[in-house]
Amino acid sequence: MVSTQFAVNPVGPLSLPAQSHPHHALWLLLEAVCDPEIPVVSLREMGVLRDIREGPNGLQVIITPTYSGCPAMTQMNDDVQAALAAAGVQAEVVTQLAPAWSSDWLTLDAREKLRRYGIAPPNREAALVGLATTNDLASSTGSSVHLLQFKKQAASLPNVACPQCDSINTTEVSRFGSTACKAMYRCLDCLEPFDYFKPY
Amino acid sequence: MSAVVSTDAAVLALHLADNALILGQRNAEWCGHGPILEEDLALANNALDLIGQARLLYQHASALRQDGRDEDHLAYFRDQHEFRNHTMLELPHSTALAPTASGDRDYAVTIVRNFLYSAFMVLVWDSLQQANDTQLAAIASKSRKEALYHLQHAQDWLIRFGDGTAESHARAQAALNHLMPYTQSFWLLGPVEADALKGLGVAHFSGLKTTWQMKVDNVVLEAALAMPTAQGHVPEGHLGRHSEHLGLMLAEMQSLARAHPDGSW
Repeated sequence: MVSTQFAVNPVGPLSLPAQSHPHHALWLLLEAVCDPEIPVVSLREMGVLRDIREGPNGLQVIITPTYSGCPAMTQMNDDVQAALAAAGVQAEVVTQLAPAWSSDWLTLDAREKLRRYGIAPPNREAALVGLATTNDLASSTGSSVHLLQFKKQAASLPNVACPQCDSINTTEVSRFGSTACKAMYRCLDCLEPFDYFKPY
Repeated sequence: MSAVVSTDAAVLALHLADNALILGQRNAEWCGHGPILEEDLALANNALDLIGQARLLYQHASALRQDGRDEDHLAYFRDQHEFRNHTMLELPHSTALAPTASGDRDYAVTIVRNFLYSAFMVLVWDSLQQANDTQLAAIASKSRKEALYHLQHAQDWLIRFGDGTAESHARAQAALNHLMPYTQSFWLLGPVEADALKGLGVAHFSGLKTTWQMKVDNVVLEAALAMPTAQGHVPEGHLGRHSEHLGLMLAEMQSLARAHPDGSW
């Protein structure tokens, strides 16, 4: 039986399924599994845990990687396996790449938890349009040709609010930070440096 | 005995994986040696993405080939002539063709290469999203996002270098002159890879050249640099005929795995 309440890998943030959901208990169990690098958000809230469903050989837990080379992915896989094993649940952990993970999939709760943890949550607007604000491809599929062109670069980056003092008078120090998913910023008012979860 | 099942996706994945692995290994050389801390982090992140892409592609190729060679075998137990990466990606970070010390590394070369290559790969991944192999298409749509970040990083620095001091301008120009001829092989594929691409229902990469050239021209113009033409010897790394640099690099990269075959920890 395939889980019907959730379409296979719905695109977007996932809320905890209702109690009537066939795998509700399992979803609840896996709420305890957090991102190893950001221990305040669960894998579901991160958008990494995508689905729990019946596969051809039993239960499957579907996870998707954030970045291709994210070293925390192995840890996440192991943590899910361990949580299942500890509860005596027989299930297979399946990594699925499509649709590709997006920072848009962070739940509203997760965004608030990130902010309280000192990490500015991703600018949603920027993520919604993909990387179009900075540098994306425009493509149109004509009758026979797939036309492509690079879009023009936006004049400025979107404002990022300081997680300490809420000021939007902040500046990017480095587009790459301590982990693949973060950039480094500094607040020009309270002068605190902070991590920014990149729109992706 | 298990025979090699040569599917189109496996053939193309290997070429793409070799490209990603070799540039990932090169860029990782800056780890701990970056010109500034932020760039040290940036290049480590870039290398992590590329090696992550290589792993996904090798795993996919391995699953399709079913010849018992896993991702580690494909990366660490193949020899120089078996690699199908573009020659440009194996060159050292230097305009001198045979640098004698790590001190000869020039960050302008790193940036120009990442710029030329990521602009190309954004287009390649974009077109491979339409491949009739779903896993390859999934890897492509994931990697496309990463390539866009790499492109943004490289072009920001290229503009800063080109439009910066006399020294940074001169180095950026030298790097561009040095690397442009190597881009000639971007538009070429080995006959096996070209057939594979056709089998995947994707147009030959040579069709991406106009878009790529426009992008490169625009950024080079903004960086106040002169655009050299891509001409001269056409490199043949994609056919397995490499420069002297790949062997040296593989010797370093593969030595640990070969000293302890099938080791795990």
